[in-house]
Amino acid sequence: MGALGPVACVLLAILAIWYGAAMGLNMAWERDQAARAKTSPTLVEMLGATMAQARPVLPAPHQVAVEIWQTTVQKKITSKRSLVHHAWITLSATLLGFGMGTVLGIALAVGIVHSRAMDMSVMPWIITSQTIPILAIAPMIIVVLNAVGVSGLLPKALISTYLAFFPVAVGMVKGLRSPDAMQLDQMRTWSATGAQMLWKLRWPSSIPYLFASLKVGVAAALVGAIVGELPTGAVAGLGARLLAGSYYGQTVQIWSALIAAAVLAGTLVGLVGLANRIVLRRMGMAR
Amino acid sequence: MIARARAGAGARPLALGLLALLLAGLALGDARGGFGLSGWLWTLGAWGCAWGCVAGLAALNPRGALLHRAQRVGAAVIFGATLLFLWQAITVGAQVPTVLLPPPSMIAERFAGSLPILWADFVQTFVRAALFGYVVGCGAAVLAALAIDRSPFLQAGLLPVGNLVAALPIIGIAPIMVMWFGFDWHSKAAVVIVMVFFPMLVNTLEGLKAAERMQIDLMRTYAADYRQTLLKLRLPAAAPFLFNGLKICSTLALIGAIVAEFFGTPTVGMGFRISTEVGRMNVDMVWAEITVAALAGSAFYGLISVAERLLTFWHPSQRR
Repeated sequence: MGALGPVACVLLAILAIWYGAAMGLNMAWERDQAARAKTSPTLVEMLGATMAQARPVLPAPHQVAVEIWQTTVQKKITSKRSLVHHAWITLSATLLGFGMGTVLGIALAVGIVHSRAMDMSVMPWIITSQTIPILAIAPMIIVVLNAVGVSGLLPKALISTYLAFFPVAVGMVKGLRSPDAMQLDQMRTWSATGAQMLWKLRWPSSIPYLFASLKVGVAAALVGAIVGELPTGAVAGLGARLLAGSYYGQTVQIWSALIAAAVLAGTLVGLVGLANRIVLRRMGMAR
Repeated sequence: MIARARAGAGARPLALGLLALLLAGLALGDARGGFGLSGWLWTLGAWGCAWGCVAGLAALNPRGALLHRAQRVGAAVIFGATLLFLWQAITVGAQVPTVLLPPPSMIAERFAGSLPILWADFVQTFVRAALFGYVVGCGAAVLAALAIDRSPFLQAGLLPVGNLVAALPIIGIAPIMVMWFGFDWHSKAAVVIVMVFFPMLVNTLEGLKAAERMQIDLMRTYAADYRQTLLKLRLPAAAPFLFNGLKICSTLALIGAIVAEFFGTPTVGMGFRISTEVGRMNVDMVWAEITVAALAGSAFYGLISVAERLLTFWHPSQRR
């Protein structure tokens, strides 16, 4: 139980604030309409109308819910208007980028832990690479790769890779170095080779660190995929839905894409957390 | 004897470094008009020598903090210079189309040639949108954390929600903010505020838990009130966490400001420049803009790191 009550309260409060804000923000338009039509509706009527505008400043939660319901359950998955279709496109780029980023991050971490030269020369640049707002390059990568003939999944996935590799590399360097001197000495007394030391001691002890970084990495990969979809001219994907929505003032569509992205992020992080628990239990490391 | 051995150990990386410079010069000289076999050989040679130089440097074991620091900085700088050289040599030598990847020299030329535009973009995006949003967002998050901290109920409820929101692709609210606050920098600042709020909130809440029970009890025996305990014990103890949050947010702020500009801007700003120049295939201008972003981002991060070192010198991670 514990946190469930307070969390539910906070969520309810957010929902209440959302409704209140929707009424307040959409009111100006209703007043404007009433003044133009020279009618004087009662306050209750106007408040009711703020809940059902076609292009509200802030759509009410139930409008977004209806839109999501219509674009997921009531549309065929293959339809261009199906949110599931767009979410899948974003998800596939995210997963590809996440996978590549994880492999790259682990490879870099193994190199850094084993080579002093790499530790000194590469590590500072890995950290610097993240102070660069890489998402700024996203449109260029997409457009340029498109000009060379590479399009579709890969350019988006590359941006995700760049965002996902960093937490994995940094976390794994920490993780692979987490065995203490005693354990390393023990391995040495067994005359273990470097590979054995890596595989039987460093790798298993780094698993908790790996999963902590994977959680951050998968969220970052999703952001990368979404931003990567912005400059492609709004073809497909959640990012494209956001851009198209902002072009045509379809606020309900923006919000439903946003909620879909949030659900996707929550699910991905949750899945990594679940894998974390299962793996740690199988390894006998669960606390 | 030992002194001579150490001097000898230092001489090898130095010699390799000089050799790498020489070969790099030859390669770059060869690169004009495309590489032949010799150009590739010079490039490979320079790369190998530079790597040998870094490896030799890393194997040294200098005494004294200053030398140690010089060794680390030297290794990083040589590696960076090597990457830059490879980029230049390969793009020019293999005649990579400049649309695909312009050589650094071309970017530097464009950078030097359009300083007024870059400066205007920098002021619009960084100083107005990112910095303002960063200060307001982080400040609001710290204040909110202090308020939440006084109520265990809110703590239990908001921390999981805050953690979830911190993982969400918040950048997606950019189109909404542009609709609400217009095309100018206000909407970008709003995106930045929302983006930095939750990571900062989570880190501050985490930090406020850092003071130990014993220490808090000690403050109580001194009859310290809430404000004194906060100012003299809990905030200082939370400082490492606060700085962690500030560092994460410094990158987020710049990203938020730039990406928000993709959804509509006045005709100035880094994000605007990037998206329009990409459309016109002026890739060197885009790279010049990215250089500005990289410099601004690194300097911002560096400043916060320096402040961290000065203010939390007592923390184990800062000790040497």
